[in-house]
Amino acid sequence: MTTRTVSNHRYHEDYQSLAAANVGPAWLADLRAAGWERFSELGFPTARRGNERWKYTAVAPISRVGFVYPFVDAGSTEDAELDFGFSAVSANSAFNQDEDEIRRHLGSLAPMQDDGFTALNTAFLQDVAVVRVPDGSDEPVAVCVNHGGLPTDDGGQQYARHPRTLVIAGRNANLTVVEAYTGPAGPRYFTNAVTEIVVGEGAQVDHYRLLNENPAAFHVGTTRVHQERDSSFRSASFALGTALARNDFAVTLDGPGAFCSLNGLYYTGHGQHIDNLISIDHAQPHCTSRLNYKGILDGNSRAVFGGEVMVRRNAQKSDARQTDKNLLLSEDAEVDSKPSLMIYADDVQCAHGATAGQIDAQTLFYLRSRGLDLPTASRMLIQAFAREIVDTVKPENLRNYLESLFDRSIAVKNLPVAFL
Amino acid sequence: MTDNNPLLSVRGLCASAGDLEILNGVDLEVYAGEVHAIMGPNGSGKSTFANVLAGRPDYNVTAGDAIYDGEDLLALDPEIRARMGVFLAFQYPVELPGVRAWQFLKAGVDARRVHNGEEEMSAREFQRHLDAKVKEVEIDPELVRRAVNEGFSGGEKKRNEILQMAVLEPRLALLDETDSGLDIDALRIVSDGVNKLRSGDNAMVLVTHYQRMLDYVRPDKVHVLLDGRIVRSGGPELALDLEEKGYDWIREEVEAGK
Repeated sequence: MTTRTVSNHRYHEDYQSLAAANVGPAWLADLRAAGWERFSELGFPTARRGNERWKYTAVAPISRVGFVYPFVDAGSTEDAELDFGFSAVSANSAFNQDEDEIRRHLGSLAPMQDDGFTALNTAFLQDVAVVRVPDGSDEPVAVCVNHGGLPTDDGGQQYARHPRTLVIAGRNANLTVVEAYTGPAGPRYFTNAVTEIVVGEGAQVDHYRLLNENPAAFHVGTTRVHQERDSSFRSASFALGTALARNDFAVTLDGPGAFCSLNGLYYTGHGQHIDNLISIDHAQPHCTSRLNYKGILDGNSRAVFGGEVMVRRNAQKSDARQTDKNLLLSEDAEVDSKPSLMIYADDVQCAHGATAGQIDAQTLFYLRSRGLDLPTASRMLIQAFAREIVDTVKPENLRNYLESLFDRSIAVKNLPVAFL
Repeated sequence: MTDNNPLLSVRGLCASAGDLEILNGVDLEVYAGEVHAIMGPNGSGKSTFANVLAGRPDYNVTAGDAIYDGEDLLALDPEIRARMGVFLAFQYPVELPGVRAWQFLKAGVDARRVHNGEEEMSAREFQRHLDAKVKEVEIDPELVRRAVNEGFSGGEKKRNEILQMAVLEPRLALLDETDSGLDIDALRIVSDGVNKLRSGDNAMVLVTHYQRMLDYVRPDKVHVLLDGRIVRSGGPELALDLEEKGYDWIREEVEAGK
């Protein structure tokens, strides 16, 4: 399936300039070339021909714009607001580290063969934010990767950036990693992020993904996680509204005893769209997965949730639960929630559920009867709805930051009349 | 307001839910320092009466008025009534997952203080206030560390209503079947709470289906509500009559025009 668009020419020119600059080692140039080749075959995905993965999200707003590659350091940037006392990772120093190990893992999990966005990201692979804890080092490590840098003084230029993150948690590692995506106010830009996370045997990784882009931005994020035996991966994805956001997040539980907990909280305002596609592959027996996403939707915004849990034939004693709950602040907001379970083993425990609802009138009256006015009561109930996810964040300063970030961002003014 | 005026004066109150007329002209005067019990069979309108006074939006007031502390109560939003000192203990308290009890109660206290031109309480001041009330009404302190009513048993929810009443210090407390569904220990705790909180400055209206609670809380006046109207009023002995003879004799007397 190939989609030819005007934007592909723009990307091609920029790819050729990047290739001519010949940045980084030769194997990286080869990887870029393979990425470009695949992207030029695949193009951007469309919903045609039964493409379930993109059924509810139109990619045309992204594919029809010729976003410009900025040719600046695309790596991690300093941001005082995101200082949680963690070490910041600089993307462009990546190859000073263990180059062989990076080479072995980079691209090993990301789905370049099937996914045009990942292929495009790979074509522009220049800097990589590498977070690596070697085998057997169980000293706790906390790292913040902030993918921020985009030029601001450019007279309305629309940029595309392709941030790349590689996390390697070795055997028994104890790692906390924050991935933050921020961008300048002003014109629309396009973030096309790919993250690969290797969780070694017995390793414990706490992962936080924060999408706090400019409200007009497009964001496509692809995350692939591979877990070895007895590893634990706890993730919370926070997304504040952008024009179009996609969170394609897949975990493979590839060793007995592996555990993952994937939480998410998203807020969309008027005119915004978010698409979460969360997949968990129980590839081995005795693994446990928890999936809990919550959305707060305002205006005429729309959320799409696809939760896919696959339990393979040999994955006996799998334990999987998934839920998606949505709070609609407006009668015009819409959610398409599609949890799905594909179970090929017979001795498993699996459950899934999805809800969408408004703030309950009886509940509001209870708060009002204690003296709280409607905006205060609504705000308190929205905060409470979000709190279940916010409370999964372990570092206190990060938790407080996220709580206040969501609190500031969610406007409580347009409650539908039905609530009164 | 002088001491001679009632704290609450209800005249000819009629209210409906949808097409259903529930209250058909309720008259009631409550003075500061009094405890009134409103009794009646199921469907007589007892809960509706308490909820209409608190401002539950499910009901339409079709006639009559209620003057509270000199103000037209029925014209006010529920939160304004609360800030003026009206409190409803819910028959079915609502679970608020994720809402911290501390934050919820402080917001209520502060809303009332700001309404009265006072400053919000400091966190420390409120903590002292809350601790004192937890002790006074003998509530398990664990309940205020949890989310409001989340996963509480029926009895815990009712006790929590009493705690909220203690913390908010209403001038007019309306207790909607707070005694229903309580075992004898919970009933004693709830009743003790009510007795500790009653004073010469406030008034309470207990809506109850059973006489049982009145063994613990001695009302000044007892009213019988039947078909949306108060048809009998008397002292505590009226409750005992009802316990003994049920409601049918009153209905017969009313229908006979006595």
